[in-house]
This record gives sequence, C-alpha cells and structure tokens, in this order.
Amino acid sequence: MRLFTILLQRLTLGVVTIVAVSMLIFLCVSILPGDFASNILGQSATEETVAAFREVLGLDRPLVLRYWDWISQAVTGDLGYSFTAIGSQTLDTSRSVSALLGERLYNTLFLAGLAAAAAIPVAVALGVSAVIYRGGLVDRAITVCSISAISVPEFLVSYILIVYLAIQFPIFHAMSYVTEDMGLWERLARCALPAFTLFIPVVGHMTRMTRASLMPILSSAYIETARLKGMSNLRIILTHALPNAWAPIVAVIALNMAYLVVGAVVVEVVFVYPGVGQMMVDSVAKRDIPVVQACALIFSVVYIACNLLADLIAIASNPRLLHPR
Amino acid sequence: MGAGGLAAGSIFAQLLPSGAYASEPKSGGFARFALANGATTDTLDPGSWADTFGQTAFYGTIFNGLIEVDREGNAVGDLAESFETPDGGKTWHFVLRSGVTFHDGRSLTVHDVISSILFHGKEGSRSAVKSLLTPVESITDDGDGKFTIALSQGNIDFPYVLADQHFVMMPADEGGEIDWVKGIGTGPFVLESFRPGISVIATKNPNYHKPGLPHFDKVEFLAITDPAARATALLSGEVNYIASPDLKTLPLLERSGKVEILESTGLGHYTFPMNVQIAPFDDVNVRTALKYAIDREEILNKVFNGHGLVGNDNPIAPSVKFSINPEPVYSYDPEKAKEYLAKSGLDSLSVQLHVSDVVFPGCVDAALLYKESAAKANIEIEVIREPADGYFDNIWMKRPWVASFWSGRASADAMFTTSQAKGAPWNETAWEDPHFNELLVAARSEMDPDKRRQMYEEMQQLVHDEGGNIVIIFNNFVSAYDKKLAHGKVAPHWDHDGFRIAERWWFA
Repeated sequence: MRLFTILLQRLTLGVVTIVAVSMLIFLCVSILPGDFASNILGQSATEETVAAFREVLGLDRPLVLRYWDWISQAVTGDLGYSFTAIGSQTLDTSRSVSALLGERLYNTLFLAGLAAAAAIPVAVALGVSAVIYRGGLVDRAITVCSISAISVPEFLVSYILIVYLAIQFPIFHAMSYVTEDMGLWERLARCALPAFTLFIPVVGHMTRMTRASLMPILSSAYIETARLKGMSNLRIILTHALPNAWAPIVAVIALNMAYLVVGAVVVEVVFVYPGVGQMMVDSVAKRDIPVVQACALIFSVVYIACNLLADLIAIASNPRLLHPR
Repeated sequence: MGAGGLAAGSIFAQLLPSGAYASEPKSGGFARFALANGATTDTLDPGSWADTFGQTAFYGTIFNGLIEVDREGNAVGDLAESFETPDGGKTWHFVLRSGVTFHDGRSLTVHDVISSILFHGKEGSRSAVKSLLTPVESITDDGDGKFTIALSQGNIDFPYVLADQHFVMMPADEGGEIDWVKGIGTGPFVLESFRPGISVIATKNPNYHKPGLPHFDKVEFLAITDPAARATALLSGEVNYIASPDLKTLPLLERSGKVEILESTGLGHYTFPMNVQIAPFDDVNVRTALKYAIDREEILNKVFNGHGLVGNDNPIAPSVKFSINPEPVYSYDPEKAKEYLAKSGLDSLSVQLHVSDVVFPGCVDAALLYKESAAKANIEIEVIREPADGYFDNIWMKRPWVASFWSGRASADAMFTTSQAKGAPWNETAWEDPHFNELLVAARSEMDPDKRRQMYEEMQQLVHDEGGNIVIIFNNFVSAYDKKLAHGKVAPHWDHDGFRIAERWWFA
C-alpha cells in the first residue's frame, strides 16, 4: 500500500515535470532567433513568402495560444504534424510527428537496449571483482580502465574503432545505416560499433559506481561478522553487501540508460545512425516546433521513467526506504 | 594539385581523370551517393528544395524540367521539344515533347506543365522561386502539345529561369493541383523510398525519354552531414561517391589509391557585400580601396588549399556566356588602396565586418586574413564573429558589411537580376546605378547578339568598378568517388554533374 502511494506521488510529480519541460522547450525554441519560415527558406526568403509561411503555420499568433493548442492536442495523444507538412502547399499526411518518430525511436531504443544489455552485467561483474580484489592489481587495473573509459570522448573512440575495425580490418561496418526491413542479425552487425562506442563510457561509469557503493559497506560491522564466520569473500559480497548497495547502483544504471537514449547524438552522427537525436538536432536547427516538442517529450518521459523505476527497485530491495524518518 | 596550376591554367578548371573518361557507358549496378546536405525537414515539395539534397536526389533523379542547362552552359529543351520567341523574349512558344509518360503511366500534358509552373506562383505560395514568376503574365494552352508563356517584359534569357531546379513537371488533377506528395515524375529513376534526413532510393525508369539513359539499375542518396563519416563511408566501400570531402584531408584520401577526385569551378562564389547606401561604403573610393586591400591569392591558398579561382568583383563566373574578366584586375596592392583612401579624403579607415562559418566553410579565417592584409593599407577591419544560428535572419542584409555566398545563376541576366538590380529582393549591396539598370532591361530584349554581348560586358565592368561586392573566390565543387564509377564530361555549373549525376554516370 505504501509502495502504491509512493508510486502515485512520483507519477504525479513526473507529469508535472513533463509539462514544465515542454513549456520550457517551447519557450526556448521560440526565443531563438528566426523561425521555421525564415530557416526553411534561408537565403531565398522574401518578405512575402515568409509571411505566407507564418500565417499558415500560425506563427503570427501569440505564444501562449500556440502552446495551448499544442498541449491540448498532445494530451489526447495527437502530436500533430511536422511544420514541413503544414508548411507545404498540400498537407502531406505521411508527415505526422508520430509517423516521423516511429522508425527513429525504435532505432534509438534498439541501440540503447543493445548497449545496456551488454553493459549492465559487465559493469556489475567488474565492480564486484574490483571490490573482491580491492587494493590489488586487478582493482587498480579496473579503476584505471574505467576512469579512462569515462574520460575519452565518444567521437574519438568511434573514429578509432572505425579506423581499426572497419577500414584496416573490415570486420564491422563503418556506417550503421539500418532499414526497417533488415534482418535481426544484419541489424546487430550494423549496430556493433556504435553500441560498443556507447558501451565503453557507460561501463566505466557503472563500474566506478558499483565499486564506490560496495566499498563503505564492506567496512561495516555485519560484514566483519560474516567474515569472522568464515564466509568466502564472494559470498559476503553477493549475499550480504550487494543487497544493501543496490539503491545507488540502480540509480546510476538508470541514469546511464537515460543517457543511452538521450545522449547518443554524437554517435548517431559519426556512424550515420538514423536515431531520434539527429532528428531533434535537425528540428531545433529548423525550428520545427512540433517535432522538437515531441522529441523533448520522449526524452523527458525516458528520464522520468528510468528514475522512477530505479526508485521503485531501490525501495523494493531495501524495505527501510519505505519508512523514511 | 598546385594552386598555381589551377589559377594560371584554364579558367575553366576541370580536372578529369583520364582513365574514367574513355570507357564506354555500361548498364546496371546499384550506385550509392553520400551528399553533404539533407535533414529530417526535407520534403518532396518542389518549392522547398533549398540545398543539394533536394536538388540532386529529387530534381536530378526523379524529375525533369522543361528546360535544362547543358554541359556547355546553354539552355536546351528537356521536356520541351522546342521553344522560340518571335518578339525579343516577350512571348514564348513551347512545344512539349510527345510520348513522355509519368512513372505511374499517365502521359505528360500541357495541363500538367501549366499547373506545375503556376504551383510556384499562385496566391499564398510559399515557394522559394515565387519571385522568379513575377514577370509571367499568362500561360495559355494552344492545344496539340503547344503552349505560350507571355511576359510583362521581354527576356531572351527566360529559358534559364525555367531551367531552375524548382520548376519540375508533376502530374496535376483536373482542378490544376499538382500531386507532389507521392514523388511521381518523368525522371530517369522512379522513387522507391524516401526517408527524410536519411536516404532516397530510386529504381531505373525503363520508359525514360532520353535514349540510352540512365545507366544504373538503382541509386541511393544518403544524407551524411559529417565530413569524416562521408570519408569513412567511401573508404570502407559503403558508398561510391561522396560530396565535399574535407579539403584538408584530400591528399590523404587520394593516397589511399581507391578513389578519384573530381573538381570543377562552378558558378558559386563567396563574397563580402557592402551596403553602398551606408557610410563609409557610400563612397566609391572607399569601396575600391577595400577591393585592393584584400589578398585573394593568399586566402585561396591558405583557407581553401587552392580549390577555387580568385574573384575580381565580377559575380559572373567564367563559364557563363558573355563573361569577361574586367580591367583593372583587383590584386592585392596596399599602396593603391591607400591612394584611393586618400582620394576620399581619408588616411585611415576603421570598419566592421560581420561573418560566420555558416556562410561558407573558412569564412572567419578568410575575414581574419583580410584584416591582416588590409592593416598594411591603414584600413582597420574589425572582424565580428556572429552566431551561425539565425545569421541569414539577423545579420545578412541587415548589417552594412557582411559575408555571403551565391550558388550562382546560369545566365548573366539571371545573376544580375537577382543580385544587383534595383529593388531585387537579394540586392545585398543596395547598389542602384541607373545606367546599369537601364542596360539590364534593354539587354533582355536585344536580339542582336553582338550588341547584347557589349551590354553585358559593360554591366560587368560597372559592377566591377562601382558595385559593392567583394568576390573573394569562385569556389570549386570537389567530390570523391571510387574508381568503379565512370562519367563523361562533367557539367560545371552546379555540383554533382549539374545535379544529374544519377542520370549521367555509370559503372565502368
């Protein structure tokens, strides 16, 4: 029951956050210099055509009204049409925001899922190993590697991977161009390098966090007791220490999951991967507000959902959190 | 390749690999081209094709216009079988090519043609070429595949207007609305799939009206905006052709031994236009001083690695009909700059130049080199770096002295009409010389070719002497492709073989 109340409370807060984020993004895109009309026409803009565009897109109406129109549609699940569809002289019905997002969202989630599926077990295993052999060579090696993995920028990692694994030794594809009708194996092969690029910093981050959460617990009294009972190091960590360390570890995993969905723009560009990040960048550049809003909505939902899930897992794994003092 | 060789050799810098030139065209194959533009906001709406993605993947691949510009720069009939003007360019009679069908089997009719043109000009149109149709008074169907376009003012170069990439022919319904959403055209390839910001795939049109074309069975255009990603896509064999390789790494690309480089000087140029109605640029001597104070050779070599042709403040490219290189040629001369400065009663000058790398790659560097060279002529240029976002909205044509670029026009008339004529929406320099404008109007309907030539030469001289433009360089189109591809003589005017690479190239 208590868990249900917390869930309800968090969900309400989540919805409030999403609305606030959508307002903020709408405002920010509107404050940016230029609008869709002047951006799409660029150098060929004349006053007349820009005015015609603004009228048909409703850009001449007050900001508050435009936002109200958008949100009242969005709550019914209708994300509307891209400005490119409304601005064209015939409404291109294939350009609804949801249709545009569909394929790309699937691609983004697929790539994030692939990287996460590999990263989570590896990171937890590495973190636990570092703790088992704490202070030793293995621990130091893991620490050095994970800090390096976090520090090296992704574009550098991707170019190194491309040079060695796609051009010099053409094992993988340099371009992760995927299509909807591609088989699973081919898709996996195409996604290997970008997934690996995303995998590296995420593993580093999660390994560090797993190690850091376990370390203080290992010096607590009940672990000492377990050790005095003669339990093996591995068993102490898995059955006694880890359950108490789950909360921070899950929290950092959730944060990294959100990062995999939201922060993959650079990787998408380098590997020519058709994901949501590239779409949001394009849309912000062209001030295509309905698409920007939809991307922002998806990103904030991902963030909030990941964090909510992390909280729930943490609470479930540690009943004390149900009764905060 | 040496910069000197480019500049000193034929002004029509066209470097062709000899091997690829000789082979006989062969049919078949799936060719993939990586373009440097393309965004999720791209559409098939012909009024919107603002960059090389729409222009190459749509105009040059799926569609045809009435008129096209051939490799020599002449306006020739494409879907129009013939065209003529009896009265100095005021009335134009067209005969439509017969037997042309759209990809869905419908026949091309005059009704389709009229609807496709009027699409851009009608009330409330948001087409980028709406203003080009202002002189069109009426289009009438004369029956039997013939039609007549009447202009409010004679223009012998009107066919060049219709050769614009936006004027493509699409099927129209009975009410005269064209159906562009499905992407049905008459072009060499039939649209198979279009994923905005990702790719366009098209398959060979077996009923294409140009005999023997196209050669490929299937083509794909990919939007790859990152130059490094384009280079790796080419080197790893994912694509056969890439647009605009990074000029700094071009020698490395050549050294791989797998690729050929294609380079041609087109119509495009990079400029620093001054508003001649605002002080100090309202003084022609100040303008001339600034024209002498820029070291174009240095900018060409240092910023563009020699991939271009130095400008002489004449926006008419050497490959355009009637083009001249007006005297005196403005080469860097700080003493002359000081002289002209003295003529306007000044011994030093301090001006601001607003630039951004969004205008053309290397724009800020070019401006900084200009600042250095001008300093020796007692001209202090304050280079102001503006944000890329909204540059064309807030800076270009708003500040007195800015950076700009032109993709160019295939005729001198079209270039002058859009960029120098009084009242033209893109007259960046606000230059309104009465004699120039008289000549411009008169030349449009001058039937005597010699007189016409003289008029255009005089106009170029006027722009060169008194206009507010600093033409830094004519930029080269550079692209790289794997050695499997072959082609004939390449059209220099626009990138990617005049945007028609899919139609003209083949696998050797």
